[in-house]
Amino acid sequence: MRKKSFFLFLIAAIISFHNLGLSFASTSESTPLFRADRINILVLFIIFCAVVLLYIRSAGKGKELFVRKISGLEAVEEGVGRATEMGRPVLFIPGIQELDEIQTIAGLSILSRVARTTAQYSTPLIVPVNYPLVLAAAQESIKGAYLDMGKGDDYDPEMAQYVAGEQFAFVAAVHGIMHREKPATNVYMGAFYAESLLLAEEGQASGAIQIAGTANPEQLPFFIAACDYTLMGEELFAASSYLSKEPLMLGSLKGQDWIKILLVICILLGVILETLNIGSGFFYKLFIEH
Amino acid sequence: MKAQLNTAIAFLSGFIMILAFFSANPGIVNFSQNLLTWVTIVGGISLLLGIVSILKVNLKAIQEKKKDWIFKAILVLFVLGMSVCGIVWGIEEKTPFDWLFQNIQSPMMSTMFSILAFFIASAAYRAFRARTLEATILLITAIIVMLGRTPLGQAIWDKLPTYADWIMAYPNLAVQRGIIIGAALGAAAMSLRILLGIERTYMG
Repeated sequence: MRKKSFFLFLIAAIISFHNLGLSFASTSESTPLFRADRINILVLFIIFCAVVLLYIRSAGKGKELFVRKISGLEAVEEGVGRATEMGRPVLFIPGIQELDEIQTIAGLSILSRVARTTAQYSTPLIVPVNYPLVLAAAQESIKGAYLDMGKGDDYDPEMAQYVAGEQFAFVAAVHGIMHREKPATNVYMGAFYAESLLLAEEGQASGAIQIAGTANPEQLPFFIAACDYTLMGEELFAASSYLSKEPLMLGSLKGQDWIKILLVICILLGVILETLNIGSGFFYKLFIEH
Repeated sequence: MKAQLNTAIAFLSGFIMILAFFSANPGIVNFSQNLLTWVTIVGGISLLLGIVSILKVNLKAIQEKKKDWIFKAILVLFVLGMSVCGIVWGIEEKTPFDWLFQNIQSPMMSTMFSILAFFIASAAYRAFRARTLEATILLITAIIVMLGRTPLGQAIWDKLPTYADWIMAYPNLAVQRGIIIGAALGAAAMSLRILLGIERTYMG
């Protein structure tokens, strides 16, 4: 059945390409099909995909994978438990960017896991967002989590709310929620900018446990100063895999680690070669777009 | 079937964008640009969803006379008022919409942003309390950087700006780049999981 639907989808895709007048052949001699100046990126991309897929495959075969403990994620359940005991809600903010931002998607994946826990303990959940598309995705994510936990009746579409489209109007709305609803746990996961400290300091003042995660390095110091736990950069993207404990998801983390080792070796090699002036900048040129 | 279709659309869209990055074929590049335009159009239309959500949540709170319902009533009034002003008189300069934006919304946003100065002070106070060795190092480094970036720092010791610049250009930048490389790899691995349909939790 799966193979059949995938095959039908492939045919539909080819027909739509044809109808759009797309030609994969080169239109003239001056516009080649492939951009040779990006060959270095393509090579790294292929190596990256191969290593990640290899680990996903071996994880699928049942190989046990070790993933180090991430304290911030261990604290999620603790935070929800605290909110349940205090009879207060959990506040989750999936960043302030649109759905085309990968950090927002990472935030929504974590939201799904958090919603499972709030569903399990019947803890109220509040998810303010500032983009309508993120609202729709957040609602679907929460609904799916509640249905999976067999708590479909507890799901309320108003758990996710569109509060404002402007950055600081959004902050004002969230401050209002923090004052009125007094959430016991605040979770900030996604892309944040100038509002990071405004949100985290207000949450800190309200006495909530705060867990934050972002891949924007310039906002990390603010979260570290004001939150109890902070996920830095890659930890945000690893969070959903870590929380799910699914072998296929964990496999991709392992593959990613090997690529990191490869990059560290390349950086060290590059530093040594460039310092000793060996190869006339050949190694350096390998890593820049021509 | 719905989940499979969603995954297939996600895979195809991602695949086209990757293809467009490596290809110089105008057909593929234009198609990828069109996809991005569709994203903008869908985003614009979905604004209606947001307005419905705002009205639904706040009207319910007003009806039930929940805590601070009066603020929600003001919000609903302004959502509708700004919309009517924009539709009837347009959004150009010297229209009621522009007046409301310049004299109400803009100052309020500036006010929110300016609160950041006080929040930075309180966060810095907590972060810089020299209780541990790490906090002490952070405190000393912060003092060097902050003083080194002001005329007062230069007046105290003329080499202070040089040390502040060195901290920012070497240890600070090295750590930032490390975080960025890690985050980029994490984002790439997550994208791959989404394209392959392994990561589907964001779809519900």
